[in-house]
Amino acid sequence: MRHIVSVLLENEAGALSRVSGLFSARGYNIESLTVAPTEDATLSRMTIVTSGSDEVIEQITKQLNKLVDVVKVVDLSDGEHIERELMLVKVRAVGKDREEMKRMTDIFRGRIIDVTEKDYTIEVTGTGSKLDAFLKAIDRAAILETVRTGASGIGRGDRILRA
Amino acid sequence: MSITGAEIVMRCLQEEGVEYVFGYPGGAVLFLYDALFKQTKVKHVLVRHEQGAIHAADGYARSTTKVGVALVTSGPGVTNAITGIATAYMDSIPLVILTGQVPTAAIGQDAFQECDTVGITRPCVKHNFLVKDVKDLASTIKKAFYIASTGRPGPVVVDIPKDITTHVAEFEYPDKVAMRSYSPAIKGHSGQIKKAIQALVEAKRPMVYTGGGIILGDSAPQLTRFVRLLGLPVTNTLMGLGGYPATDRQFLGMLGMHGTYEANMAMQHCDVLIAIGARFDDRVIGNPKHFFEEPRTIIHIDIDPSSISKRVKVDIPIVGNVGEVLDEVLRQLEGSKSRPDAESLKTWWSQIELWRGRDCLNYDRSSSIIKPQYVVEKLYEVTGGDAYVTSDVGQHQMWAAQFYKFDQPRRWINSGGLGTMGFGLPSAVGVQLAHPGAQVACVTGEASIQMCIQELSTCKQYHLPIKLVNLNNRYMGMVRQWQEFFHGNRYAESYMDALPDFVKLAEAYGHIGMLIDKPEDVEPALIEAFSRKDDLVFLDFITDQTENVFPMVPGGKGLSEMILV
Repeated sequence: MRHIVSVLLENEAGALSRVSGLFSARGYNIESLTVAPTEDATLSRMTIVTSGSDEVIEQITKQLNKLVDVVKVVDLSDGEHIERELMLVKVRAVGKDREEMKRMTDIFRGRIIDVTEKDYTIEVTGTGSKLDAFLKAIDRAAILETVRTGASGIGRGDRILRA
Repeated sequence: MSITGAEIVMRCLQEEGVEYVFGYPGGAVLFLYDALFKQTKVKHVLVRHEQGAIHAADGYARSTTKVGVALVTSGPGVTNAITGIATAYMDSIPLVILTGQVPTAAIGQDAFQECDTVGITRPCVKHNFLVKDVKDLASTIKKAFYIASTGRPGPVVVDIPKDITTHVAEFEYPDKVAMRSYSPAIKGHSGQIKKAIQALVEAKRPMVYTGGGIILGDSAPQLTRFVRLLGLPVTNTLMGLGGYPATDRQFLGMLGMHGTYEANMAMQHCDVLIAIGARFDDRVIGNPKHFFEEPRTIIHIDIDPSSISKRVKVDIPIVGNVGEVLDEVLRQLEGSKSRPDAESLKTWWSQIELWRGRDCLNYDRSSSIIKPQYVVEKLYEVTGGDAYVTSDVGQHQMWAAQFYKFDQPRRWINSGGLGTMGFGLPSAVGVQLAHPGAQVACVTGEASIQMCIQELSTCKQYHLPIKLVNLNNRYMGMVRQWQEFFHGNRYAESYMDALPDFVKLAEAYGHIGMLIDKPEDVEPALIEAFSRKDDLVFLDFITDQTENVFPMVPGGKGLSEMILV
């Protein structure tokens, strides 16, 4: 089953490699991993999307907690949470496709953030499945390039992850 | 007053009460060695290979309650140390390893003797540090000792670039460490402890299984009190030997792949199992599926939450320091009258005695060729069961574990997790230095001993009267045994051809060598060797080439599916 795990860790050189090394050494899956400093610059917040049986996920959270640089670990999938991912898509947009691309972008509440004579760059934000849906909805042949950030997640309401 | 980074390192070691540093100099650590030279409190032990430095520090730590310290240079110094570091990591041994690094400005330039120490060691350390500012040096070393020795112990590497050892700073050694990201659990959950006691007193066939955690947590006295109070059968893992007195009737011997028939059968057939400081690894419970064919309630006490429910599902987990948890268990038990049902326990014990009656460790005592088991039995008798015994890896290790009855913790020093051949001699160096007057034996084989034999030179330099018990069967015995059982007697590359004359080799290093090839000479040779209190004696026992270690749980089989002699 897919899980989304949030990790609060010391913002130190090598901390990321400790986490990624743990996943490769123990054969855990990583679907995506994002990391950036928090409002407190001494801490980084990481979101890992992974999958595995309940036993594997239990081991993943325990092993993450065991890393000396890791301050806190939460499996967001345990409760109500919000998940967002950002995608940039560069598409060919000439002739009548230009209007069609604009319309699809609006339907998905995306934004066109760069325009040339021949192409658009579109920004779409949402859950991973929404981004997948957008890619399916537009003409596949028009896609020139895509880049996705991987998911970031946060608990709803009172579910707060702090040091 | 400001002092150099190199001097700061020495001051830190002094503050930590470090007695010995095991190491080998080189370019990146020259200033550290210079600072070492200028002080007298911390003594340096010069090994002959960096692997030996780590194993020696490891043996020192295992046989005491202290942190072992090693110092090696950058590049090859570090890569040579890796086997030692991984060995300590697998067995959770507290070490601080100081490694030299090329100067900060040269890092990443493929400089001479540069390697990415933090990267290379990351998967086999509890934690590691690269010191980038001399002002952080003392607090980093403080953290290293703290992390190495608390929680589930382990090796910690501190990588120190050469320029940092020349930069100056005020020396201030912190009193304590506060880390928001690291706070090991100490006390167990009292509700869980209550549940565990309830399960134990309701058990009809209870069983105690303990591992290295009892040794590392110095909780052998509590374990003994607990086991005796309830009259339970107890087994130790390879890492846990000495955790409960082996000569006691309630002890069923070691369990696992080469465990006793009674210990393995009792593990398989108990209805309540309490695991303490042990981790249900593949060499211990064999095939987990088979293990679960018998229903039982499992209580698991461990300081490391990730050890719990890793290989087997646990019913009552208790996270905490095993000593503290056992104290609480004893407190609750001693304050109550509930005990396991005496009648059921009696029935259980008579079943166990039937299994014990199988006498699974029996061997041919009338052989005209020296049996390796006989040598270990005699070693036990001659040393009065009071020696520190280190071992290498293979058949000799198993025979030492089976036949030397350890009544005390920290006497049995071996590489259980990583299974590192070459561990025995250098670890004995650390043990003998930690216990100058004690009898120290290294049980080894002709294959293992050659992996770190250069440390005979270290033994000469520091006058270490270690007794090497070489069970020489001219084979990599354990490999040969598996080839006999599972590979149609095809002894691929397991024959040790062109062996050295070990007697002459010992003499070449300035020691005494003895060749023993008749059973009747075994005991006199051991007596003579141990009477030489100031000499290292290399006892080369020519043993039966075909002897196998029994019982044996073949790989992938269940605990009760043993091959018996």
